[in-house]
Amino acid sequence: MLTAENEPRQPYKNYHDWYSNQKISDLFRKSREAESVFRKTGITFAVYGKEDASERLIPFDIVPRIISGPEWRRLSQGIEQRVAALNAFLDDIYHKQEIIKAGRVPRQLIEKNDAFLPQMIGVRPPGGVYTHIIGTDIVRTGENQFYVLEDNARTPSGVSYMLENRETMMQMFPELFYQNKVRPVENYPKLLRRSLSGVAPPGCMGKPRVAVLTPGSYNSAYYEHAYLADQMGVELVEGSDLRVIDGKVAMRTTQGYEAIDVLYRRVDDDYLDPLTFNPDSALGVAGIMDVYRAGNITIANAPGTGIADDKAIYSYMPDIVEFYTGRKAILENVPTWRCSEADSLTYVLDNLPDLVVKEVHGSGGYGMLVGPTASKRECAEFAKKLRAKPDNYIAQPTLSLSTVPILVKKGIAPRHVDLRPFVLVSSKEIHIIPGGLTRVALKEGSLVVNSSQGGGTKDTWVLED
Amino acid sequence: MLLGRTANGLYWMFRFIERAENTARLIDAGSRMSLTSMQGSDEEWASVLQSAGVHAAYMAAHDQVTAAEAVNYLLRDKSNPSSVASAIELARSNGRMVRTALTREAWEATNECYLSAKALLKRQVAPASLPQVLDQIKRQCSLIRGTFHGTMLRNEVYNFARIGTFIERADSTARILDVKYYVLLPASSYIGTTIDNVQWESILRSVSAHRSYTWAYDPDYNPVNIADFLILNDCMPRSLAYCHDKIVNNLAILERLYGQRHPAHDTAEAIKAMLEEGDIQQIVSSGLHEFLEDFLGQNNRLGHEISQAYQFYPG
Repeated sequence: MLTAENEPRQPYKNYHDWYSNQKISDLFRKSREAESVFRKTGITFAVYGKEDASERLIPFDIVPRIISGPEWRRLSQGIEQRVAALNAFLDDIYHKQEIIKAGRVPRQLIEKNDAFLPQMIGVRPPGGVYTHIIGTDIVRTGENQFYVLEDNARTPSGVSYMLENRETMMQMFPELFYQNKVRPVENYPKLLRRSLSGVAPPGCMGKPRVAVLTPGSYNSAYYEHAYLADQMGVELVEGSDLRVIDGKVAMRTTQGYEAIDVLYRRVDDDYLDPLTFNPDSALGVAGIMDVYRAGNITIANAPGTGIADDKAIYSYMPDIVEFYTGRKAILENVPTWRCSEADSLTYVLDNLPDLVVKEVHGSGGYGMLVGPTASKRECAEFAKKLRAKPDNYIAQPTLSLSTVPILVKKGIAPRHVDLRPFVLVSSKEIHIIPGGLTRVALKEGSLVVNSSQGGGTKDTWVLED
Repeated sequence: MLLGRTANGLYWMFRFIERAENTARLIDAGSRMSLTSMQGSDEEWASVLQSAGVHAAYMAAHDQVTAAEAVNYLLRDKSNPSSVASAIELARSNGRMVRTALTREAWEATNECYLSAKALLKRQVAPASLPQVLDQIKRQCSLIRGTFHGTMLRNEVYNFARIGTFIERADSTARILDVKYYVLLPASSYIGTTIDNVQWESILRSVSAHRSYTWAYDPDYNPVNIADFLILNDCMPRSLAYCHDKIVNNLAILERLYGQRHPAHDTAEAIKAMLEEGDIQQIVSSGLHEFLEDFLGQNNRLGHEISQAYQFYPG
């Protein structure tokens, strides 16, 4: 919030004035109120492997993270460029594979990758859109300096927190929204619905029927699935509700089966169709891939998009962006060592205490090593894993992430954050929601923001110019 | 348009809310009996367990019936699917599954009911605080009902929820009567002793009707009037006649809405007609127990037919 000279940074000026007139006890009261609102609403997430805490709240911090108009503009140009490149990349690798032929990305990295689906070769999704919804993870390291951490091109989650956090802030601090011109995010469900309806299969007559596919109420993100279906006014379906009838995917209603045109699935590729992928899956629909290939249903995001947010592909993103857009990437990639390459592996092993090492296919902060905070023993154990299976890992330097203020016992204190803006892609446009999910590491000095590892969230404001 | 699974979830959500309240009421009536009767309190608890339909399961896990253990089993035991704690948890997990069919208010009331019951029933409840705990739970259930009535559209969602409520309620009332039917038989009623009066009042108390009875009938308890009140009186919101009048209405709305008639419609109308034309003297003299057993079977069958008609489960 403050500059080196202890002056409030420009976007925080109004907020700082307001904050200076608040009593800390009032802020704590509001903070408790917010927590009870979240508990009452049931905005919980499940932590896998913890039976007693099967439903937990993600801690919410009431100090907003504020981004200025000009800074956002630069950021969103960068995101738009990157998202366009990702879609072009997906279309290319499932069709002509020009980027491989041009020698910019190694063939085996694509074709040997578990996230690459041979079943998608030659299939063009309705409207040509692969990633209808993207959540790009970004960190800020300084004025106008952003790095992309991850592209989340499969099924990014967290948008319900963006919406509920804003709703809660508007209820608790209406005066702040008079004093600051905050760009709205609350039309996201409407935009999402419009965006999904816009890519219905060409054969769809009349108003497209959209549904959200959830793995079920025990899934960690179930709250979000229900929330989005509710806000969009579409059905929330499970695999057991669906069946392929007459070449269409249909859902079992109280009056019989009715066809679905667009399925916003929150189920991984592996579980989507037991006939094509994991035969043990009860979460998907037997035969849906045949319907998809015949062009009779839209699946969002398209099967096989996971290849684009694979951590091994990530290191090639600057090339990918340049290859498809003809320009240098606006947003920087974090320098990445691919442990599959011998030189890199040696470097990583020699410098473990300074690096963050991640699993290529991992997510949620599981199975990673944060060198600077790890003990010697943890580093040594991780080194063993690395040597055993180098292909499985990438490593990155620890960045000096920007901090934002959070409310703590003594008042406010800086904590590290990242940012996940949400992007909707239709056949006509790329729409970036001005805001996003700000995740914050609640422990002093910590760089791990994942909610499964004790991170919290806060409202994210993008100011009008 | 409503998913079959969602209709099923709504139906069971409301059955479980109803069951939680009914079990709470049975515990209330049981503890009242323990206070009033000089002896045989444990027998009373055995019949409460029977009314809740969990006597056999209780005996499988306990050596004998004691007041403390019976109360705990009915109130908190998670292995008992009809305990207040289980029923509320099941209502809430069904509610979570059908979250998109509920208004925010109705969902939040359900979630709050669950959170508050979880806190209230964390530890064994001492007899001194039992009335207060039961009261609090009934109040939370009323809040769900209130928000539901105040905020929900009167569409198919509403009708499936209502059908669940009334199937469960009719089942509960018939069961309470059946466990105590001998108390209402003419042979035991000629004396009108204090103990009879206590027994009769207990039946009425289990359906929260010991006061309303005196508005509808002669204030002195009379077993035939009590049976009439709970079986045939269509003003009494927990009577079999009232419940089935509502079920027929709810099913008729679905029939109009969907333009589809199912065997369930015929079954429901037949049960309603049977109750409308019924005569209490005749029911009592030709066998109250047989009548109630037959009713419970028909009520059950209707529930099954409804689940088939509206595709609650994958075929």
